[in-house]
Amino acid sequence: MKFARLTRHLGLAVVAFVVVTACGSTSSGTATCSTAKTATSASACGGMDALVAAAKAEGKLNVIALPRDWANYGAILDGFTAKYGIAITSDNPDGSSQDEVNAVQQLGTTSRAPDVLDVGMAVALANLTLFAPYKVATWSDILDTQKEPTGLWFQDYGGFMSIGYDSSKVPAITTMDDLLKSNYRGKVALNGNPKQANAALNGVMMANLASGGTLDDISKGVDFFHRLKQAGTFVPVQATTATVKNGTTPVVFDWDYLSAAHGKDVPAWKVFVPNNAILGGYYAQAINKNAPHPAAARLWEEYLYSDEGQNLWLKGLARPVRQAAMEKSGKVDKTAAAALPAVSGTPKFMSADQATAAKNYVVAHWDAAIS
Amino acid sequence: MTVAGTPAVATRVGRPFLGGRRFSLDWVGVLPFFAYVGIFLLLPTAVVGIGAFFNADGSFTLDNYAHLSRSYVFKATITTTLLSLVTALGGAFFGALLAYAIVTGNPNGMLRRLVVSASGVLAQFGGVTLAFAFIASIGSAGFVYLFAQSHGFDYYAHGIWLFELSGVALVYLYFQIPLMVLVFLPALDGIKPQWREATESLGGNTWHYWRYIAGPILFPSFIGAVLLLFANSFSAYATVNALINQGSPVLSQQIAAAISSEVGAAEPGFAKAIAIEMIVIVTVVTILYTLLQRRTARWL
Repeated sequence: MKFARLTRHLGLAVVAFVVVTACGSTSSGTATCSTAKTATSASACGGMDALVAAAKAEGKLNVIALPRDWANYGAILDGFTAKYGIAITSDNPDGSSQDEVNAVQQLGTTSRAPDVLDVGMAVALANLTLFAPYKVATWSDILDTQKEPTGLWFQDYGGFMSIGYDSSKVPAITTMDDLLKSNYRGKVALNGNPKQANAALNGVMMANLASGGTLDDISKGVDFFHRLKQAGTFVPVQATTATVKNGTTPVVFDWDYLSAAHGKDVPAWKVFVPNNAILGGYYAQAINKNAPHPAAARLWEEYLYSDEGQNLWLKGLARPVRQAAMEKSGKVDKTAAAALPAVSGTPKFMSADQATAAKNYVVAHWDAAIS
Repeated sequence: MTVAGTPAVATRVGRPFLGGRRFSLDWVGVLPFFAYVGIFLLLPTAVVGIGAFFNADGSFTLDNYAHLSRSYVFKATITTTLLSLVTALGGAFFGALLAYAIVTGNPNGMLRRLVVSASGVLAQFGGVTLAFAFIASIGSAGFVYLFAQSHGFDYYAHGIWLFELSGVALVYLYFQIPLMVLVFLPALDGIKPQWREATESLGGNTWHYWRYIAGPILFPSFIGAVLLLFANSFSAYATVNALINQGSPVLSQQIAAAISSEVGAAEPGFAKAIAIEMIVIVTVVTILYTLLQRRTARWL
């Protein structure tokens, strides 16, 4: 049978092809600074110039889950490439912190694995074994409470939970309970699902504090959104730049630095931080211990924590971790600092235990509360 | 088509027997196919199914499967099944009508070519793009809504149903109907005009024709198409997630919530258990589909 012979040859050819391609496995480039993989500071790698040379030899950097419109990351990515000539592969820009960690675990030691991570504190604390310790040159400017002592993670930027709103579409918000009024019908949204997204969980926690709850017990916050749902003001769609621009979500719970960025698209956008519920939150940087480009990964951190990198975050209305130190040294971008939303009062921060208790309650009760 | 095995055996015996028994390599031809099925279908299913028996630190547990009884997963199972059923039946009904309208027209006509190629494109049009197209047009800030509202017609007077399951069902129909047209056209093409003529020359009317001839022939492939549409909306994720981000009403969103939580609620084993639950439901649907396909093949 002609056909059977044809398929047999075809089959053999395909099998042979698969075997050949499997054998020709890829290997990533080698760094000139041979100790980059284990270097815990730039000086351990032979100083800043040696680190730059090694990073340039690697020529590439893999980042993950960095949206270009988040905390000015677009300018930061472009600035790094322009300064050092290192090409950046930016994967899954809209991914979550857990997606970043999943990528580190699944891509292992391949050349596609992310080099550096920007994660929420819950994820950072739960995955210490995946990170390489590293201390940036400006390490001493970071408060002890904002870093892991050996440098497994170190906080990068943060802000306060806020309610942003389009003042041309809704009346000004002065207290949280305003949102229950019919003026806001079908207009209030969260940035993400609080079972998944850190920003959304903090949004619920802010509502909780404003409703008289404590950091230890988020139930009043979940109840607040339940009441919003019943009043018909809460919409289940995720607030994004697109839904804000198009007017589908004119009231959004989000970090003040992300919310303030909507002012570009919506000139009447205002950011409100309730005095009785000032909830702060910082993200953290970490280096993948299996980073395929170890020198570039370390150079990226040096860039982020340089005055230049910190001021770029500040221009994105995020509060960089070295802001206080840079205000003292006069290196801070004063125009950018003045543009930050005003906050008066003492900010509160969720501890790791409080965050765990909050997420456990939300996972068990959220779906029922808002459906 | 011969049914019994005897004639085949007789043929083989009658063939000249050259030398001893030869080792056949014919099976090599299907090797790539089985490798493909094994690597992309069976292996992932096994990995997921077995992985669901382990918790985050790698020790054996039955908890992940036990957690499927959580009230929100149960509710999502019911919601997903109902949503898929409604959009499958709706899509099949309107799609079949459209397909019939095309078939009665000129087989090489402009209309048919236009509808078929448009269906080919629209059946693949889904996800965030489709959802946002609806948000931007008929959503609460969409131009259609603003126009209707300014003319005294507030179709969201009782709540923004676009962000409820009825809205999701409407958006799903946008790709379900074209998919139905694509899968149902060949069956309709198989209906021969002579059958109609035969019915009439034997004294039958239109009702008799549909009740005793076309209906029974088309029914299995209609149900087969319904099952295909069911599986299509059952597995959808991005479209519904762009419309209803809160409360994770469907199972695919429950998997996402369990797998990519950055607030520390990640339960990968539990996500795998939900995936297995979905695979089981879709497998049942697929088996039904296959059984019915076999029946259709016998008729046409």
